[in-house]
Order: sequence, then C-alpha cells, then structure tokens
Amino acid sequence: MTLSTITAPTTSTTSATLTTSTTLTTKMIINRKNAPDFRDIENINLIRPAHQKLENGCNVFCFNSGDQELVRIEWVFGNLRFNPDKPLLNIAVNTMLTEGTGSLTASQIADKVDFYGAFLQVEFGYDQSQVVLYSLNKHLQHTLPVIKDIITDSIFPEKELETFIRNQQQKLQVSLQKNDFVARRIFNKALFGSTLYGLGAEADHFKTLKREDMLAHFKQMYQPSNCTVIIAGKIEPEILDLITGTFDKDWTDSTIKSDITQPKFRSSDDRFYFVEKPEALQSAIRMGLPVINRTHPDFPALQVLNTVLGGYFGSRLMANIREDKGYTYGIGSGMTSLKQSGSLFIATEVGADVCKAAITEIEKEVDLLKSQLIPEEELSLVRNFMLGSLLGSLENVFSHADKFKNLYFSGLDYDYYDRYVSTIKTVKAEELKQLADLYLNVDQFYKVIVGKY
Amino acid sequence: MVKFNRFTLNNGLRVIVHEDHTTPMAVLNILYDVGARDEDPDKTGFAHLFEHLMFGGSVNIPDYDQPLQRVGGENNAFTSNDITNYYITLPSANIETAFWLESDRMLSLAFSKKSLEVQRNVVIEEFKQRYLNQPYGDVWLRLRPMVYKKHPYQWATIGKEIKHIEDVKIEDVKAFFKKHYNPQNAIMVIGGDVKTEEAMKLAEKWFGPIPAGEKYHRNLPQESEQHEERRETVVAKVPLNDVYIAFQMGSRLDDSYYTAELISDILSRGNSSRLYRNLVKEKQLFSEVHAYMTGSLDKGMFVFEGKPLENVSIETAEAAIWEELERLKKETIPADELTKVKNKVESTMIFSEMALLDKAMNLASFELLGEADLLNHETAKHLAVTAEQIKELTNKLFIKKNSSTLIYLAEKS
Repeated sequence: MTLSTITAPTTSTTSATLTTSTTLTTKMIINRKNAPDFRDIENINLIRPAHQKLENGCNVFCFNSGDQELVRIEWVFGNLRFNPDKPLLNIAVNTMLTEGTGSLTASQIADKVDFYGAFLQVEFGYDQSQVVLYSLNKHLQHTLPVIKDIITDSIFPEKELETFIRNQQQKLQVSLQKNDFVARRIFNKALFGSTLYGLGAEADHFKTLKREDMLAHFKQMYQPSNCTVIIAGKIEPEILDLITGTFDKDWTDSTIKSDITQPKFRSSDDRFYFVEKPEALQSAIRMGLPVINRTHPDFPALQVLNTVLGGYFGSRLMANIREDKGYTYGIGSGMTSLKQSGSLFIATEVGADVCKAAITEIEKEVDLLKSQLIPEEELSLVRNFMLGSLLGSLENVFSHADKFKNLYFSGLDYDYYDRYVSTIKTVKAEELKQLADLYLNVDQFYKVIVGKY
Repeated sequence: MVKFNRFTLNNGLRVIVHEDHTTPMAVLNILYDVGARDEDPDKTGFAHLFEHLMFGGSVNIPDYDQPLQRVGGENNAFTSNDITNYYITLPSANIETAFWLESDRMLSLAFSKKSLEVQRNVVIEEFKQRYLNQPYGDVWLRLRPMVYKKHPYQWATIGKEIKHIEDVKIEDVKAFFKKHYNPQNAIMVIGGDVKTEEAMKLAEKWFGPIPAGEKYHRNLPQESEQHEERRETVVAKVPLNDVYIAFQMGSRLDDSYYTAELISDILSRGNSSRLYRNLVKEKQLFSEVHAYMTGSLDKGMFVFEGKPLENVSIETAEAAIWEELERLKKETIPADELTKVKNKVESTMIFSEMALLDKAMNLASFELLGEADLLNHETAKHLAVTAEQIKELTNKLFIKKNSSTLIYLAEKS
C-alpha cells in the first residue's frame, strides 16, 4: 500500500469567496513599486547516504526519504580505457545492454520492464556509464532479476547489433543536419582530441563494432569491483535486502580487472573552425576552452563568474545579445566537470546575418569581466540566484543522490558543498576579476561556427 | 493523491493551494485561458509573442526578472494552441515576491515599444531556430492546415509566417492584454512549502484589488468531421524520407480520450510497444516510428510519424503502419498487453507526484478542464478502459477518410 492511498480523501473545498480577508485589503495600502522584504538563504541541508560495501566489492549508497513507495536504482560503472581503433565500444556496449541476455531476448526484457510499470534506462557518460531502474517497490521483486540478467549476462545478439548500427547511422544523418549538433562535435574534438570526451561518432566508426569485442568489453567493465550502486527513494529494510541479496553473493568479478585509466587528452592547435552552410538562416556558435574541474579550489568561484556571464536568464550574454539586440532566441554559457578536465563554453544560434556582430558582442562581454569589477548589486543578485538555484535543485530524494554523485565521482566530500555555498556568499569582485584574467582569455578560446560567417 | 484547497477571489481569480512540506521551495503557477486558437487568422503567433512581452516590465515594476533572481527564484512560461502558462519557483520564505511580480503584470503591463521591438526579433529567431533551420522543423506548419480547415488549430503557436510577427503593433498588444489577461481568465496555483492560510492572505492582498475585467467568451469555428483522405508530398532538403499520418480525434474532454491514450501507449510507449517491436525490430522497415496525441481542448490529432530505412519505399512504410492499425481494428487486444499499459499509467502518476512544479501545472490544467480534482481520477479512468472500447475507437479513428498524410522526400543532391 502506498502512503498516498492511506491519506484522507481530498480536502478540496468548493469554491468559496473569502469575504473576511477582502474587507482586510480595503484597509490595506499596498506598495506595488517596491519589492517585498526577502530573506537570504542560510542553510542548505543535503541528505547524506548510508554506505555499505558488499562482499563482492560493490559499493552501495542509500538515500532513504520520500513518501512515495518507489525507488530509483543506479548501477554506475567506470568506462574502460578509450581505444581509438574501436572508439564506439563504451557507448555501444552500454546502449545495447537492453538488447538481449543469455536467457532473455530484447523483447522479453522490454515486456517485463513495461509490464511492471518500470522504467529502464541505459546512459552513457564521458567518465561513467550506467543502468538506471525506476520501479514501484511493490514490483521490485519482478524488475530486479531483469537488471541482474542485463548486468551479468548480456550477449549482444548479432541481429540486434545490425539493427543498432543501421538505426544509429540513420539518426546520425539527421543530427548532422543540425548546426548546433555539428558545432558541439567539432568543439569537443578540438578541446579533447582522440578521447571519449572528444569523440563524435562517424558513419565509418560503426564498421569497427564487432560482437566479440563488445562481449570482452562487457565482461571487463560490468563487474562488481567497477560498480557503484546508488539507491534513492523509500527504502524499507526488506527492499534493501532484496537489492543487496540480488547483487551480492552470486555476482563476482571476472578474471580481468577493469582498466578505467584514460589516455591524456591533447587539445588541437587550430582554434578556429568554420563550416559553411550556404542556405543557413541561423549560424550555430560555440566557443570556449578547457578549464579546471570541480576538484580545483577555484571551481566554485569560476562558477559564479560563469553565471554572471551566461549562466542564467538575466546573465550578461542574455541581456546583451537576446534582450538588447534580439540576435537570438537563446544564448548561454556553461561549465562541465569531467574526471580529467573541465570546460567552459558559450553556445548560441544567431541570425546568419548577425553572426559576426554576435561574436564581437560575446568577446566584448568576456573582456569586460577582465577589465571591470562586477558591481556589487549584480554580484549580490547572482549570489542569491545561485543559492536559490541550489536549493531548488533539491526537489526530491533523487536530486540529493545526484548531488552526491557529483562529489563521489570527483573524489570529493560533502565539505565541497560547504565551500561552494560559502564561496557564493563571500567571493569578492576583485577575486572574480583575477579569475577572469586567469581563465577567460579570448585569444585562447576555441571558436566554432556552423552556418554563415 | 495530490491534495489541495481552492477558493475564488471576488474578481473571479481561481486560486488553488497545494501544500508540500517535503521541499524548501514554493511554486506560483498562473495559467491564462488563452492560446494560439484565440488569434485572428491574420495575426497568428500573437499569443506566443505576447507571452514574451509579459517579461518586458509591468506597470509598477520595470524589470520582471531581476527582483526574482535577487530572491533566488527562477521563472519561465510556455504557450500552446490552448493555453499560456507562467511559473515561478523560489525559496518558500520569499514567496511574497512571486505574488508581487505576478499580480503587477496581471494588473497592467508597461507596454514598452523597445520591448516589443526586441521580442519581435527574438521570436523571429525562435521561428527560424525551431521551425525553419531544422530538418523537418516545418512539419506542423504543413500538417496543421491539412487536418484543420476551419478551426484555428490550423496554425502552429509560432504562427503561420514570420510576416505576422513583423506586423504586430503596440495597439494589438494592448488590446490583447485587455481581452485575455484578467483575473476571470486565469487560474493560479500555489504549491510547495506554504501554508494555505498564508497563501490565501497573500492572494487576497496582491490579486484581490485587480479589477475583474471582461470575461472572454470563446466562440471558435469548430472543425467539421473529415470525410476525405488528404495527402501532400514535399521534396525537401532533409537527410531521410519521413512519413506523417494524422487523424482527427476527440477533444481532451471527450470520454474517448483515455481509450485513445492507451491506444497510443500500446502502439508507441516503450520498447515493448507494437510499432517499435514490429516495424523497427522485426520487419526492419523504420529507424524510428512513433504515435502520439496532441491532447487538445478542441478536436485533437492522433499522429503517426516514422522514418523508413533507406531501402524501404514510402508505400511499404505507409502500408506497414496501416497494417498495425488494421490489426488493432480486427483483433481484440490481449489482456496482458492492456494490463501492461495500465500499469505504466499508474506508475507514471505516482512518479509524477515527486515533482512539485508538475503537480502545480497539472492542478491548473485540470481546473481549466473543469475541476482540479480530476487529476486524482486520471489513473482510475485509464484503468476502466476495456479492450472492446479500444477496438471500437480504433475502428472509428483509423480510416483513410479521416487521415491526412504528409510525406517528406529527401532531395538527392
């Protein structure tokens, strides 16, 4: 039984006019010119997980909270070392985990998952790839064995592999017609070269996919010592027992240890890329550079700087290029934090006729961060916005687990968020100007334009 | 179960409060009962452009976004053919800022000419980015006029053409505001870490003094039943051929809606669905194929879309979709398969209760449909659908004379 069904029937009252408070307002003079008083955000409480290590070496983290009788379970595996001759192995093996096991066909897997109202996702990431199950607790006994089968006994049937390759190639053809997609690929390749971070699948890459390689890759990657299980939801003891019971005893490491080291990336020497599309109505622009990742002490302050530049609706890039000039529907800047590196980028699609003007304005905004102090009024707004945004990103127990993943896979502890919050509250304009000088040199930017220039 | 309290202010504003103290945040969602269907055929795209202008400053507050960001809040909005919906999320301690901002722009806008000029450009760039500069991006500009001959659903929210956006004048903006943006045409939902009592007081304080305005009485030309097969083929600069088949179907309020939704789930939800399994996996005819509904408040569309593999002819692809439909029309759906889609509906509803903003938006939409509490009866209504009803509805909907087929042929360069 779910909690929500125990609660009393809806308390909705029929439409009633509140005469008492109406009389109240006639006496009240409200000031619409000035904003109401507001409070600063003081505390942000993060739920920390309970941890246990199973006998087979698998680490399990539990976030037990929430009213709904359901769980999200993630099985996270470190990607294997990138092989430039077989560049798609990590992504193909992950994507095809749902395509058949020794005992279940692809359609049997789909049937079971769907029949029990569950959601099964496989997600390839730059550093880790994962299998995610969303399931009602009452059906977990039926859905878990399917995941067990997938993670321990995937077989990548030849016929499914052919289908996968054919369909991926078709989808790629469509994506390659999208300017922003093309710009992103070129940008990643320029920054990170021949690594998983820089990889953009090409039609030819698919020819390198062989079933034997996938099976070997699967065996080496999907094993307990390379797996972290993260459970979030309403975790009663019997639910936890069910999960650990399924993924402990008879799941053991294979003989080959997972090699999750990665080749060092090397950025390209060319910093400017232009792909001409003569009939484009808009040009996609992507520019930026590799920067520090979350483990570096400057990272939280750099995030503040990024937010000022292009990290929210009222950012300088939006205010100038969308809200003042009307060159675009949207522009923003962002940061990624990867194991080996991070990146800072600006992305937009602008009217083809104003592409040059837009780039000039973008560069002007970046340079301004280096030449002038951010006014305290703007900075205090950004501080509050970022704290509100952090608070708002903790919508439910799943979000708490997501915050943990950011830390855990960067090798950080919860004091990271204490530092993050304190940096947002106290970082000075002078420090941000110094950071801009250090990290945001427009001459160092990689610049990609797809469309007209 | 999503619990709530509801009341109506003297000026006609409907207010719903949903307490959820598992989050430190609050949501203020306002749905205005106006969408692209309420536009003049010569001034399409206006409801959506207007939505942009709602962020261009109101009568007492020159800048909408800044004061909200200052208290840690975020906001956005969307326009559909039926409604325009605005929402704010912010730390619950600062909820009054949301009341202040939203009530002022319901009271009156600043009607700044600069804002109109800039947002006109922004929307034109949006038109290009989403509808013109993408492969297949213009599909709704082409398909809607095929399905709708009278009803204003014949144009997309972005509008029929860029020229309509270019021609908008500030007088049009003022008239539209007067006609649609008043308490009687709005539904407000406050959700999250708020007390009902407090929300009621704030609603009364900030929204109570706004004049009721005139009630807009919608009187749209209704679409006639379709009695002939419609078809168009376009040769376009797209990488692959693409097939769209749209059928007219009942409105969101029609009794058959739940049956139709389960039909689309049977056909297209998840990897166990019929279209994916039979047409992508087994027969290997498509790289992707989907079915979905528009869920419109007036007569809706049930749409099929598929990209055939390069060695598969358009005729074969179309025939394969029809074959699946004929199967549904002739054979009764197996009990297990029906249970499967019902289970999915049930779990989806439970998962959606974890998202505060979703709950607030849903309450507003269902209140517009007639009663916010309908949200809590959605699962039961889906569970009540029978195999017989499914068979009956498929026989009614999926006939050639009720179909509009749009084919994209890839131009070979």
